Amino acid sequence: MSRQRITSVVRKEVREFRRNRFVIATMGILPLVFLTSPLLTIFRVPESASGTQVKAAVGVISLLMLIIPVVLPPVIAAYSVVGERDQGTLEPVLTTPIPASELLIGKAAAAFLPSVGLAYAIYAIVLIAIRLGAAHVVRTVVFHPPELIAQLLFIPLLALWSIWLGIAVSTRTSDVRVAQQLATLAGLPVLGFTSLISFQIIKPSVPLAIGLALALLAVDVGAARIVARLFDRERLVTGHRADTRRAKATN
Amino acid sequence: MSSPHWFQGRRIGLGWRPASWQGWVVTLVSVAALVAAVTLLRGSSARAPVAILVVAVYSIVAFATGGSRAATTAHSEEARDDEPEPSVVPEEQRRALRALSSGRVVSRSDEPALVVEHLTKRFGDRVAVDDVSFSVAPGEVFGFLGPNGAGKTTTVRMLATLIEPTGGAARVAGLSLEPENGVEIRKRVAVMTETPGLYLRLTVAENLEYFAGLYELARPRERIELALAAVNLTNRASDVCGSLSKGLRQRVALARSVLAEPAIVFLDEPTSGLDPVASREVHELISSLREHGTTVFLTTHRLEEAERLCDRVAILNTSLRTIGRPDELRDELFRKAIVVRTAAPLNDPDAVFAVSGIEGWDTEDGPNRYLLAVTDARVVAPDVTRALVAAGADVLSITEAHHSLEDVYLELVDDNKEDAS
Repeated sequence: MSRQRITSVVRKEVREFRRNRFVIATMGILPLVFLTSPLLTIFRVPESASGTQVKAAVGVISLLMLIIPVVLPPVIAAYSVVGERDQGTLEPVLTTPIPASELLIGKAAAAFLPSVGLAYAIYAIVLIAIRLGAAHVVRTVVFHPPELIAQLLFIPLLALWSIWLGIAVSTRTSDVRVAQQLATLAGLPVLGFTSLISFQIIKPSVPLAIGLALALLAVDVGAARIVARLFDRERLVTGHRADTRRAKATN
Repeated sequence: MSSPHWFQGRRIGLGWRPASWQGWVVTLVSVAALVAAVTLLRGSSARAPVAILVVAVYSIVAFATGGSRAATTAHSEEARDDEPEPSVVPEEQRRALRALSSGRVVSRSDEPALVVEHLTKRFGDRVAVDDVSFSVAPGEVFGFLGPNGAGKTTTVRMLATLIEPTGGAARVAGLSLEPENGVEIRKRVAVMTETPGLYLRLTVAENLEYFAGLYELARPRERIELALAAVNLTNRASDVCGSLSKGLRQRVALARSVLAEPAIVFLDEPTSGLDPVASREVHELISSLREHGTTVFLTTHRLEEAERLCDRVAILNTSLRTIGRPDELRDELFRKAIVVRTAAPLNDPDAVFAVSGIEGWDTEDGPNRYLLAVTDARVVAPDVTRALVAAGADVLSITEAHHSLEDVYLELVDDNKEDAS
């Protein structure tokens, strides 16, 4: 593994995102929606609210916080391969010594850093806002350690899952928008699982949160390996799958 | 295509300042909203969240729209596209190329740069490249010619380890063309694809910086400066590639190709779509590459370009049709000939052309223009002149027939069409 090559990919990708209007608009607008909505929800909960009402409101916030790492990364990740193919930059990159694994890690890291950074930043803002202005009953439920640990662990792991899905779709589609839509759709089922915790259908505890996080980590590692295998230079350049069976007669 | 750069500065909290009126409007509105929230919502529990929200919105907008100074400068200079392109200064280019190629590692000096043996590529049932064999010497400029779909790009892609051959073998820059040597081969070669393939939102220097990183170059800044000097683009380093003309983009792609001191440079139609001046500049650069020992594998449709630049050419039409020096190919395919033009048709051409060394004759483009097949034009021409004068012919001209590489190419391609039919 070459850190210099991976860093180069990350730096280039981030520079490109920052100058891409579509990415900037999505990365700017979606977090604002996810920031405004929970604040409006939480500040409408009165001090006299019942336990069920509070849990429902906090559940919505938790879920929204976990939607961010699922929805944001595909915007970038789905662009990573098919976008380069579209603009004709993929072939020159593939002629350099960078192995597929390093290229993919660089691209995944470039999608991971801003989306997880944004997700954590929004979560932090929401927590600060709740600490400063929300009803006491809400604060008690939100600042529950297992809930916090689950959120902190799940945000990067869900983002990674979503990123690998996005890159996988990107290696096999021929249109950027289709890739982004498919990647976002493919990432949604995992939210069904997180909503069980957000709405406390599965009671969060520290061991459960860590156990689930480890399971997610294993899934992420598996996804990374599968994506590396899906990355077929020949298919990306010519549209045909590589045929490794060489004709013996001509050898 | 690039995003608005309302804020200059590279990171949150460091050196932020609005760069345009839009940035100032966003800043003033945000400050007003913050002051309003703090003063109007005094005593309310919503004061802190609203203030936080305003700061968050402002931060996101500023972060999202802030661009680097280089990009901002280039963005504002898109109009410069119409300016004349800088002219090439060959001596400066040569100096930069010399410096660029000073550290090149070559495998063994006596070993060919490329050895291709029975290389074949099939896509399903379609044969793209069929049993192609040739070798290229180090420092040679080798032309690879052929009609569209002949398999030129496929051959380059195989040799650059982008796609795997179906059959055959090759050695590229001293390494066997095997999947396990892919990374090592790609360190020793560079490919300039037909389209420049630049990141249009990045500046010229940022594009090269990316590739310098991928090649893990030591002292990348120095290398980038030399590569830009080699293509005479030093003064456009901060320009966004999207604002460059096609010719300049092609030059950036060339700079990228020579960045990593490759032993072999594959150039796929490097002058495609360029005007004559830009094409000449690319030709000069290719000549400079040869002078400094780089092997150049040139794929082109421009036959005069191949004739002018290449030591040898190969003509491909799925299979290899011929290979050799352009003059060798001409001699091989066309008989030596003299063209005689007279003011009026000769009365008895058979008698006039009964000169030793003439193997046959025919009229060409009219009755008073004769094409004589000869053994050696220099020996036969004086005898023919004397015979014409003796016959009382009014001679307008006697010239040696010249066949271009284009004639060779067309002859072979037409042969292929006949074979196919």
